[in-house]
Amino acid sequence: MNSIPIEYYLILSAFMFTVGVTGVLIRRNAIVIFMCVELMLNSANLTMVAFSSYLGQSAGQIFVFFVMTVAAAEAAVGLAIIIAIFRNKLTVNIDEINIFKW
Amino acid sequence: MNLELIIFIVLALTGAISAVGMITRPNPVISALFLIFNFFALAGLYLLLNAQFISIVQIIVYAGAIMVLFLFVIMLLRTGEEPKLFSEKKHIKYFAIVIAVLVFVQLGYLIFYEAPSEYISQRVQQSMEAGTIENIGQQLYTTYMIPFEAAGFLLLAATIGALVLAKKNFE
Repeated sequence: MNSIPIEYYLILSAFMFTVGVTGVLIRRNAIVIFMCVELMLNSANLTMVAFSSYLGQSAGQIFVFFVMTVAAAEAAVGLAIIIAIFRNKLTVNIDEINIFKW
Repeated sequence: MNLELIIFIVLALTGAISAVGMITRPNPVISALFLIFNFFALAGLYLLLNAQFISIVQIIVYAGAIMVLFLFVIMLLRTGEEPKLFSEKKHIKYFAIVIAVLVFVQLGYLIFYEAPSEYISQRVQQSMEAGTIENIGQQLYTTYMIPFEAAGFLLLAATIGALVLAKKNFE
């Protein structure tokens, strides 16, 4: 009936999560780091939708809905923080933003 | 090789390549555009998984609202291209490679060790019923009423928080 094993989706999700982790670690632009976090959230969403579909239950998809809500809230607040930092330091390079370090 | 597998491979390749493209482009605007590509590929995959509602919400909320916000901020701040893609600190690069390999190996090991496809096979009929807007909406307003209200409150808090943070000088 269905030819795609669920592992295909899981491996794709794992790969995208790994790319997101790598991006957070190597990129220095705060906005790009935020986008990498969004990528990781999305890869987790893919896992949940895949299991939800393969188990025939809607709980996973509802959880994805809530994850999207949290992601939207996080993006709004995070970008506001970035704008506030840019206004003070005139940079979004996280190597130069170290006011909490001494 | 049936049609479903071909569609999956095309969408998965689009998603994977655009994800890699996102973290390797020095220009943040191009990174954001690659991420939008990735979100569209994911929306297609959700459709392949019979999750119609999530697929539409993915396009409207992620590719529409969130990425417009990101692009808006990128163009507002006009940070330009990064002179160096990677950090000047050399050890961070090796650290990142080690962490990435570890994470991927761990996830891959879990997936193949557990091998969920041995005891899970897709229930097409049930998943088609589970993914409709009608079913999701009904569940949201009955079983998941309190989380739904909490999500609404969270959005309100985020809106107010963003307003306060972005104000010029707040006392």
